Amino acid sequence: MTVRVQEADFDLSSEIAALRQGRPDIGAIAAFIGLVRDMNAGEAVAGLTLEHYPAMTQKALEAIVAQAKQQWKIDAVRVIHRVGRLRPSDQIVLVAVASSHRGEAFQACEFIMDYLKTQAPFWKQEQTPAGTRWVEARASDTLAAERWKKT
Amino acid sequence: MALTVLYFARLRETLGVAREEIAPAHDLSSVAGLLDHLRSRGGAWQAALAPSQPFRVAVNQDMADALTALRDGDEVALFPPVTGG
Repeated sequence: MTVRVQEADFDLSSEIAALRQGRPDIGAIAAFIGLVRDMNAGEAVAGLTLEHYPAMTQKALEAIVAQAKQQWKIDAVRVIHRVGRLRPSDQIVLVAVASSHRGEAFQACEFIMDYLKTQAPFWKQEQTPAGTRWVEARASDTLAAERWKKT
Repeated sequence: MALTVLYFARLRETLGVAREEIAPAHDLSSVAGLLDHLRSRGGAWQAALAPSQPFRVAVNQDMADALTALRDGDEVALFPPVTGG
């Protein structure tokens, strides 16, 4: 499946192996992995809980992948986003894009990640020494997504 | 006309409700009408859903805005700006 939302961890090597299996036309794979950091906005983070809107998440991610496929010539995509409780250094998200050439793979991978950040219904709640807090959306993420509209 | 309204993350906590069915005799033909109805409850509703607040709206699991039309049976979700990835 192209898009998966799950509590379980994922393995980059096996995901890439599945993505390229039986596809000798693929010449490039770009992959991004997002990790939980132990620090955010000046405070130590002991862990975080990822909430989502189950009925919408899959649909939103598939729509983003469909947009990327319209814009670039890409052959295969894998998006995995974890939900539930995570700890520092845990993997949160994987975006892997396969194409004939690297340019399309790099760009589509970054586009999917930028749109995921602003369009997919996930919310992070962090556990810090001062208690739990919801992570604030960042203006820089909105700008990152908007720059794709100018080209 | 009945709508299912869902609330997520901080908005769910602030309003103290995750899901409700709404079938009042108000104008619910658009997201704007629904928001007016919810704000009219006052208190936390008026504050959290004020036009200056950066909340988002989805209708039937697609991102929407105040002008989006609503139909009987629609699922409307209200939530803060997303912070995944």
